[in-house]
Amino acid sequence: MPYLPHGNDDIKQMLKKIGVDHFEDLLKNIPEVLKGDVSLDLPGALSELEIQQEMQNLLKKNTACHQTVSFLGAGAYDHFIPKVVDFIISRPEFATAYTPYQAEVSQGTLQAMYEFQSLICELTGMDVSNASMYDGATAMAEAVLMAKSIKRKKNEVIVSSTIHPLYRRTLETYAESLNMTLIDCPLKNDLTDKEALDALFNENTSAVIVQSPNFFGAIEDTAYISEAAHNHDALFIQGVDPISLAILKTPGEVNADIAFGEGQSLGNHLNFGGPYLGLFAAKQDYVRKMPGRIAGMTEDADGNRAYVLTLQTREQHIRREKATSNICSNQALCALAATVYLALMGRSGLQQVAELSLQKAHYLKEKICEIPGFKAANSAPFFKEFVIETPIPAKEIIKKALDKAIYAGIDIGTFFPERKKQLLIAVTEKRTKEELDDFVEFLAEIR
Amino acid sequence: MNIPKELKYTESHEWVKVEGDVAVIGVSDFAQSELGDIVFVEMPDVGDEAEKGESCGTIEAVKTVSDINAPVSGEIVEVNEALEDEPTLVNTDCYEEGWIMKIKMSDTSELDDLMDAGAYEEFAG
Repeated sequence: MPYLPHGNDDIKQMLKKIGVDHFEDLLKNIPEVLKGDVSLDLPGALSELEIQQEMQNLLKKNTACHQTVSFLGAGAYDHFIPKVVDFIISRPEFATAYTPYQAEVSQGTLQAMYEFQSLICELTGMDVSNASMYDGATAMAEAVLMAKSIKRKKNEVIVSSTIHPLYRRTLETYAESLNMTLIDCPLKNDLTDKEALDALFNENTSAVIVQSPNFFGAIEDTAYISEAAHNHDALFIQGVDPISLAILKTPGEVNADIAFGEGQSLGNHLNFGGPYLGLFAAKQDYVRKMPGRIAGMTEDADGNRAYVLTLQTREQHIRREKATSNICSNQALCALAATVYLALMGRSGLQQVAELSLQKAHYLKEKICEIPGFKAANSAPFFKEFVIETPIPAKEIIKKALDKAIYAGIDIGTFFPERKKQLLIAVTEKRTKEELDDFVEFLAEIR
Repeated sequence: MNIPKELKYTESHEWVKVEGDVAVIGVSDFAQSELGDIVFVEMPDVGDEAEKGESCGTIEAVKTVSDINAPVSGEIVEVNEALEDEPTLVNTDCYEEGWIMKIKMSDTSELDDLMDAGAYEEFAG
């Protein structure tokens, strides 16, 4: 983004306009003792050319995904992003837009949010969506907050052990001060253990959370778990991979009460971990308990269609400590990227992305399992990610792969210390057959 | 400002009509006029326990959400379901059709802490 600093003439003009001689005069109200003499000890100014060169040198220290063949996953994926997405979100009207509290001057932003919400409802099969949250992890924590508010006297939540460990940790941070008890449901074959789940319900259970596809890439039996939850008067909260919803059963189809997810796969770059995009949707009955910002459609005084922020009375700036959440913001630009991506792809395009990811992942897993010393870590059905048992620790394979400009995947041992010889591999539509075969060849040489 | 003489009132602008051991509760004309158009009334579930002075529901207007504080303690025995579809009844008829909930009182002496019409008029007027 271009940067236009104020020149000395600009500053003089502005000061003159407000009747001030020097900039320091504006700081007169700050006590001398606090102003002090702060020496920032900055290096000297550089020319535009010198800055460019310095930045290039810094960038050379990284190996960005596009310079490698990446099999990284666990919530953030190397999906294809058409250039149009970046072009539209770079338009200054969108890139510099502020929070649309003043509807009259924010119709563009608000319409974009409304479209985003509508697309998320279609994708998830849910009735209402908010204008996005920070990321999948906080979206999950907020879903639990919402469940607690709906099922007022119940303070237990059953959390599947197949949920992303980092999402779980975020939830723990929230739960500590909320007087909520998290009950872990064990896994079996890298899926939620359904028998164990049945035994965990009691009259204090407010909700069950399951992610599908889960952290291991496996597809859960969400229909069964949803029914079990409802039979025990508990809510069913489902985490989703938005790309997978093009071909898998949606949370709406299994009667989920709340759906959350990470929207990075939709038109957002990997960005070294963020900013990402929290997806959050729910049943119509619960709309007043939903956290975050919501755009609504209405009519102005002349009968023209107009967009506004709605249900704001639940938000923190009005309801304060009684607000539904202390998150009253959203990821507008990331949500816009997702909206443009979805509009471009359309139903059939997204299905194609999902199908290609699925097929390529299954092809790769099959080929890898043919290599002596490698085998599947589980027999669960999966979407675009799977776990492989490796002959040597996954960490070492990942290191060797870097020499070939391959990001081999994620060491499961990072999160599950007893599983150090397991590698989580994600495959997206971007991976060519050649890249997949080269990776297999590389693994075959591992001893 | 309409302040029916036979009712009792709280400092948070709820009114109480005593019918035997049941207290019928709503919000006063002053409250509905200050709030403006009511868009939603969140009511407790029948069977819930209400505690005097504690929030037992909310009234949502365009610009704010206000707590409904229980004037007396007891069990919620009935809520006005008409408010689900027509929350504006609280605006148009706050003392009759716009009633909100009925509490079976667990301690009728709590009624002595409430204001009568005269005291409320001085308080809110």
